[in-house]
Amino acid sequence: MSVEIHINNVVKRYGDLTIIPGLTQDIRNGELFTLLGPSGCGKTTLLRMIAGFNSIEGGEIKFNEQVINDIPAHKRNIGMVFQSYAIFPHLTVRENVEYGLKLRKLTKTEIKKKVDDILEVVRITEYQDRLPERLSGGQQQRVALARSIVIHPSVLLMDEPLSNLDAKLRIEMRSAIRDVQKQVGITTVYVTHDQEEALSISDRIAVMKKGEIQQTARPHTIYTRPYNIFVSTFIGHSNLFRGHVQSTETGKAVVFADGYTVPMDNLSEEAGDGMEVIISVRPEEFSIQQEGLACKVRTKVFLGKYINYSLGFPEEMLLPDQPSIEFSQDLGHAEQVLEVGDTVTLRPNPVKLNVFTSDGSRNILRDVVHHE
Amino acid sequence: MNKKLFKWDFWTGITILSIAIFGLFLIYPLFSLFVSAFQNADTGAFSMENFVRFFQRKYYYQSMINSFWVTTCVTALAIVIGTALAYFMSLYTIRFKSVVEVCIIISLLSPPFIGAYSWILIGGRSGILTQFLQTTFHYDFPSIYGFAGILLVLTLKLYPFIYLYVAGAMKNIDSALIEASESLGCSGIRKVVTVIVPLITPTILAGALMVFMNAMADFGTPMLIGEGFNVMPVMIYSEFINEVGDQANFAAAMAAIMVIITSTIFMLQKYVVNRKSFAMSSLRPMQVHTMKGIRNVVMHALIYLLVAVSMIPQIVVIYTSFLKTKGSVFVPGYSLDSYRTIFESLGTAVSNTYIFSTIAILMIIFLGMTVAYLTTRRKSWITDIIDTLTMFPYIIPGSVLGITLLLAFNDEPLLLSGTAFIIIISLVIRRLPYTLRSSSAILYQISPSLEEASISLGASPIKTFFRVTAVMMLPGVMSGAILSWITAINELSSSVILFTGATKTMSVAIYTEVIRASYGTAAALSTILTLTTVVAMLIFFKVSGSRNVTL
Ligand SMILES: Nc1ncnc2c1ncn2[C@@H]1O[C@H](COP(=O)(O)OP(=O)(O)OP(=O)(O)O)[C@@H](O)[C@H]1O
Ligand SMILES: [Mg+2]
Repeated sequence: MSVEIHINNVVKRYGDLTIIPGLTQDIRNGELFTLLGPSGCGKTTLLRMIAGFNSIEGGEIKFNEQVINDIPAHKRNIGMVFQSYAIFPHLTVRENVEYGLKLRKLTKTEIKKKVDDILEVVRITEYQDRLPERLSGGQQQRVALARSIVIHPSVLLMDEPLSNLDAKLRIEMRSAIRDVQKQVGITTVYVTHDQEEALSISDRIAVMKKGEIQQTARPHTIYTRPYNIFVSTFIGHSNLFRGHVQSTETGKAVVFADGYTVPMDNLSEEAGDGMEVIISVRPEEFSIQQEGLACKVRTKVFLGKYINYSLGFPEEMLLPDQPSIEFSQDLGHAEQVLEVGDTVTLRPNPVKLNVFTSDGSRNILRDVVHHE
Repeated sequence: MNKKLFKWDFWTGITILSIAIFGLFLIYPLFSLFVSAFQNADTGAFSMENFVRFFQRKYYYQSMINSFWVTTCVTALAIVIGTALAYFMSLYTIRFKSVVEVCIIISLLSPPFIGAYSWILIGGRSGILTQFLQTTFHYDFPSIYGFAGILLVLTLKLYPFIYLYVAGAMKNIDSALIEASESLGCSGIRKVVTVIVPLITPTILAGALMVFMNAMADFGTPMLIGEGFNVMPVMIYSEFINEVGDQANFAAAMAAIMVIITSTIFMLQKYVVNRKSFAMSSLRPMQVHTMKGIRNVVMHALIYLLVAVSMIPQIVVIYTSFLKTKGSVFVPGYSLDSYRTIFESLGTAVSNTYIFSTIAILMIIFLGMTVAYLTTRRKSWITDIIDTLTMFPYIIPGSVLGITLLLAFNDEPLLLSGTAFIIIISLVIRRLPYTLRSSSAILYQISPSLEEASISLGASPIKTFFRVTAVMMLPGVMSGAILSWITAINELSSSVILFTGATKTMSVAIYTEVIRASYGTAAALSTILTLTTVVAMLIFFKVSGSRNVTL
């Protein structure tokens, strides 16, 4: 049945090229664990190492206490859902779902019952006698899901299963996957580079970059307390400001380059007086106030529930090379709508600020977790 | 999965099997051929004397010049006829276009030497047309024997290659290219020369190579209709058959020369095509126009005439097979005598043909699919070697392959000559490369994730191959295999060297019957072959769902 996965210091090399230099991660029994990261960071590579389609050059992977490095893929009892669905075109929907069960020496009645049940769960009973070429993308992905779950795998592995679907179907399938996974209670590793998908579906997310895990945490934690600048900008938008720490008898504060000071009580010990830092503010954490950071509205995009402004700050206040500095105004609470060219004072919400070391490698707030 | 240095599994077995087959039945015989080509017939010492003898005596080297000359003419004529036909068939409405196409394909697939033999029946010394012209008009029909006959028969037989290749390429020309050239002020014949011709040149070259190789290697046609006009395959054959022993070294030297010629041409063509090749795909194929007035009539007349001339051999053969015979002479009236004779005395030839080619095709299908899998999905230096080995049969003429096999397996411990096995293996060696190439192309279309899905569901890699990969490859491989089967039942040039009384096939029987001048039985046998070919072709159309014949 479902297992925990222990990944201990695994290494992946292609010739001289090291793709994964040594990665350690535990995945809990029954959770939906997402690997998120930019293209080429090694998500697929890691997933295929768990599946047994890629060799492991160092370290070990365990299912519960069993080391699986040398177990061939077809004996690992995994379920896999592919980006391309990989439905067997020569078999009907039902035969596709039966495929794995038939290899498992079950009686005819057992097979029939299991297949009937799973077709019901993923809601494709009515298409069971069709050939896959006549199914839509979403239906094909349901077949793939059913086919991989029906064998009761130890782990379910999914590599960007939704990326070939259109936006609306993607959201629908997202919750279908989530529901089925919870219903069956199966340890799942899910690969995506769509952050919204990751945030909405996962129990925990591991953010990867160049073969290394940057942070593992629940979606809410990842978003509100990113471990470093990479996580903070990769997931959602973050506006990055230069600043320094000010430490007085009354407490600590961060000071923006223009002198605006925000008192903070959750800075860690490390934050000493005068320390150079990067202050990160989410676009939705600004509000229009008397006091705050002065800036100019450059562009304005109306998005229905929100208005997105891009802001102009003096260059010395900002970290260089940012695509834009943004403020998104929730129309539900907006008292004043800005126009392009307006000068405005924005106050960042002190509780929601994140403060990083000047090289961006660590968050120096006290309540940050690297691995949750 | 830690890679073990050596793991004995199914794929290792296939690797060894394919290397063994190609090594034992292709490379080793070829190697022996070259060795004996350089040996003195009496002492066995290394010598160049066989080659010296070849190039010193006009009688011998003339055959090489003849081969070159007739092959070049055939290729040039086939290019002109095939390209023109493809051009008009693709761009203009032709009535009964599919009938025309089917006829062209039939004449391509029909037994190669039937053409020669029926043109003899028509225009030979005692041919129908010759006698008719002589008795009624006292006109002496020009001799069909020699150069002219070979040229006529081979051109009519081989222009369909060019037609099929070029018609395929024309479908891939996007009409936007033509429109672009027209918008730049280019029209009429200039448009054809500056746009269409360059676009189809690589295709023409590919087709030309097929024509050249086939014409160069053809044995049956020049043997029957060539008479005094000696060409290399015939020369090699007669030197080899006449005096085995002493002459084997000399025949080997001639065969070696021929292999060198064909491989040079092969390499030259590859070089030119690689430099000129580009990918074409069309969103909107060129439009089909309707030609008006007298030009339309002329175009139709020419096309129908060409098809009629191409079909004459089959019709003549079928017709003569029903003529009454006495001994081996035709007498007035119709009968089924010829067929009766076949089933009385040549029944084994018929059954041999079907049995040998079917066994060969089954082996080809199995090896084709598994070896293609090895070379595309399990690439390594060993599979690269296999890949290279499988290119060899392209450049080895059938009669040369026959001789090499006979030379290599004529002695203990590998005494295989005279067995059915050696004929089957020669069929396998000759056709496997084609199946391999098409199987690899099919495999590239099948996503590896289908195989991974199957493995993740618990099927071992080998089970996955048979349950998923092979099943998905089969339709494509099957339709290729049917074409291979057709060429196998019609194969003459290596079987004619390898056969013995018990392993005679239909094409060999036709050849020997024609040599014995029993035209009736030869015609009946040819009719059976032609009918089988047509039936197999119809099955091919059904299985593949298209008329895309690639040989
Ligand atoms: N067979 C291979 N040989 C060499 N390098 C490879 C091979 N397969 C993958 N790589 C490299 O490994 C790195 C990680 O690839 P991987 O497919 O795991 O990325 P990914 O995170 O899944 O990206 P994406 O989001 O684009 O799917 C890439 O730089 C890729 O070029
Ligand atoms: Mg990937």
